[in-house]
Amino acid sequence: MAPEPPLLTMSGITKSFPGVRALDGVDLHVQAGEVHCLLGQNGAGKSTLIKVLAGAHQPDGGTIAWRGDKVTLRSPIAAMRLGIATIYQELDLVEGLSVAENVFLGHEPTTAGFMVRGRAARTATGALLKRLGHGEIDPARLVGDLSAAQQQIVSMARALSHEVRLIVMDEPSAALDPDEVDNLFRIVADLTADGVAVVHISHRLEEIRRIGDRVTVLKDGRAVAVGLPADSTPTREVIALMTGRNVEYVFPERAEPAATPSGAGPSDAGPSGAGPSGAGLSGAGLSGAGPADVAPPVQPVPPVLAVQGLARDGEFEPLDLELRPGEIVGLAGLVGSGRSEILETIFGARKPTRGRVSLDGRVLRPGSVRAAVRAGIGLAPEERKAQALLMLESVTRNVSVSSLSRFSYGGWVDRGKELRAAREATRELSLRPDNPAVPVRTLSGGNQQKAVLARWLLRGCRVLLLDEPTRGVDVGARAELYTVIRRLADEGLAVLLVSSEVPEVLGLADRVLVLREGRVVHTAPARDLDEHRVLDLVLASAKDGPDGPDLIEGPRGPATTEGGPAS
Amino acid sequence: MTQPASPARPVTEKSPPADGAPSPWRSLLARVDVRTLSLLGVLAVLVVIGGVTEPDAFLDTDNLQLILTQASVIGVVTVGMTFVIISGGIDLSVGAIVALASVWATTVATQEYGFAGILFTAVVVGLGCGLVNGLLIAYGGMVPFIATLAMLASGRGLALEITDGKTQMVTVDGVLKLGERDSYVLGIPPLVLVLAAVTVVGWLLLNRTTFGRRSVAVGGNAEAARLAGIDVRRQRLYLYLLSGLCCGIAAFLLIILSGSGQNTNGNLYELDAIAAAIIGGTLLSGGRGTITGSVLGVLIFTTITNIFALNNLETAVQQIAKGAIIVAAVLVQRRTATA
Repeated sequence: MAPEPPLLTMSGITKSFPGVRALDGVDLHVQAGEVHCLLGQNGAGKSTLIKVLAGAHQPDGGTIAWRGDKVTLRSPIAAMRLGIATIYQELDLVEGLSVAENVFLGHEPTTAGFMVRGRAARTATGALLKRLGHGEIDPARLVGDLSAAQQQIVSMARALSHEVRLIVMDEPSAALDPDEVDNLFRIVADLTADGVAVVHISHRLEEIRRIGDRVTVLKDGRAVAVGLPADSTPTREVIALMTGRNVEYVFPERAEPAATPSGAGPSDAGPSGAGPSGAGLSGAGLSGAGPADVAPPVQPVPPVLAVQGLARDGEFEPLDLELRPGEIVGLAGLVGSGRSEILETIFGARKPTRGRVSLDGRVLRPGSVRAAVRAGIGLAPEERKAQALLMLESVTRNVSVSSLSRFSYGGWVDRGKELRAAREATRELSLRPDNPAVPVRTLSGGNQQKAVLARWLLRGCRVLLLDEPTRGVDVGARAELYTVIRRLADEGLAVLLVSSEVPEVLGLADRVLVLREGRVVHTAPARDLDEHRVLDLVLASAKDGPDGPDLIEGPRGPATTEGGPAS
Repeated sequence: MTQPASPARPVTEKSPPADGAPSPWRSLLARVDVRTLSLLGVLAVLVVIGGVTEPDAFLDTDNLQLILTQASVIGVVTVGMTFVIISGGIDLSVGAIVALASVWATTVATQEYGFAGILFTAVVVGLGCGLVNGLLIAYGGMVPFIATLAMLASGRGLALEITDGKTQMVTVDGVLKLGERDSYVLGIPPLVLVLAAVTVVGWLLLNRTTFGRRSVAVGGNAEAARLAGIDVRRQRLYLYLLSGLCCGIAAFLLIILSGSGQNTNGNLYELDAIAAAIIGGTLLSGGRGTITGSVLGVLIFTTITNIFALNNLETAVQQIAKGAIIVAAVLVQRRTATA
């Protein structure tokens, strides 16, 4: 309808990474002067799409047209020259440089081509900051001394220091206070009034109502809706678009906690039944895990892990949690809701402000990983490569690193015994290739995760903390990991699971805690929840209260989420 | 619309898998890796060069013995340094610790206690300096570069203070005797024997003990090591203690070799040891390295020095050649790493 061509037309964009098809034919049309919101769950492909737009990734297929002309964005500089500026979620500022130096980094005003005209840069920066409503930020100050919100403003100023026609903002409000969010939105309004287009990525649906003009929804690497009107599309429809799935997740059927292999007796279901050592147990566990039709509210099995009033200021509020052998408890919430922080605090990697963690009734020394490991807690962290794996080492050494004392006599490692134990543990998890001597870096994501699990299995741990266990794991391998996790629980492990993918939490966990902004807002058996309900709880702004807004008439029947063992 | 809830459970039972155990031959081949072979190759080329340019002087038994003897002091230091670098650290104070230990062990007062007194003092001074380094780095949170740089400065200062710049001659017969040209223990020059022993112990420590495993884990990924339940700080402390111990031993060897203690001893050992470890294949970022590689690196440098001396070439040329070798070695390693 517009006589002039749209500012940006991306059509049929595809992009694959090893094992993952991140973008599978995505369209995005942006008009000058509009705020275009990009919505989707974690892993839907938003980040990949904006990286393609920023020139940071090269698409495998599809076309990009800029003001009617076909273009190739070979590099971030090429995108910037066209007038596309991207503000990433992780701020990419140099803390040791001043505000002005950051704003003009890479395109400093110079004399004779190399002498930086510092004063000119500071004056121009001052003007940009004033335009952004933050004239109080001194262009000469070091960026490292500024608050997160001020740094966000500096990022904006940097984007505006170019001749910019399109600004991409990746969750700009995540780190901001409500006042600062208001200011940000005022700036966005000013920019669009000048004809600048904004592509806005946010998890907060109410923000989209406030500033958005149109919405594009991504799901599993595809655009499921392009250019919906932001103000008239019902929230329900948006959520439905985000959650309707093509990818089939296959979850192992869950055993009721009472049906752990060791039987229902409270006395013998304790530590003896919790040892994950016996591979023979697994078969028995699976066959014994028939669909029990009643879920008794009180389990006779005593909890193995008890968390009481655990809190960390600024990260999460006091949390109470009990985990029983054979139980999988899921934590659902957005990035930044405190999920990973909770796991790491239970594990002792972060020191709690208050509260305590106890295993079998024995209180663990707070803030000590070694105490947690010794007591029998294992963590498979979110950033597998950075936090768990020794990438230069073999699978064996990665698996044995936490149990070295078991294979050593006076510090002398019995390598034969080590290899046998590592092989046994990795075989139990069907790790491929079936050769623990290979370097761990050659393994696929799913098998690397298995190596981490094997480490804790070998250690004989009783509580497993899983942070995004299927991140970077391709779809096929996920089902296998789910089976492994469920089997470990059936063998008596207690599992605490964190995942951004709601279906994963619902499909795998017995019980789900929904987190929002560091607070548990809802606890329920997984079978009583469905994806819409959890997303409602997770996405709702704090003012909506624990029950969430009335976006959906009521909780759906359990049959829609849990086809298997429901009564 | 909602998630599919299939009760199907994928069966993961597999038919008996092929045994992944490496055959004895393959593991033997794997042990002598390409890098060690190439270092041996470089050493062989150097021997050929030495044999061609100065056939009589170079291939003389006394000269070959001299090369090994000269390599022993820096070799022992390099073994300790290799551990520190593998763990992701650096020890710039090794030369200063060698100097301090050598002068402290050769004061008139120490020499009254004879052979044992000298040995004991050298080792304890080395351990003491390593303890200070380790505490500052592991528990004081200081960056290894800075902490050991401070130790370098103050260690050298203290050594100068003790000697007042004078050479302290050794008067203990037992020590002097070991330094004589024709003294042998088990048919081997004593210093070479010490280097061999330290190399073997270092190799075992790195490859066969929990200490070695933990050192590699800390260097490869300190956060992962911590989250795996390793006491990273204590491990770091031990590593700098080990480096200090090696310096103490090296100081004793130097006392034997020179029959004296001087505050200028061990000059630039830190750079020689780091260079030897690097060309031996130790990653400066930590997580990977071998003792054999480092000792071969030391032998290569010592042989070069010897060949240049025999050919009456200036030290300036020597230094340039060393620099070129470091660059070449690292470039070759990067090539093979990416291939």
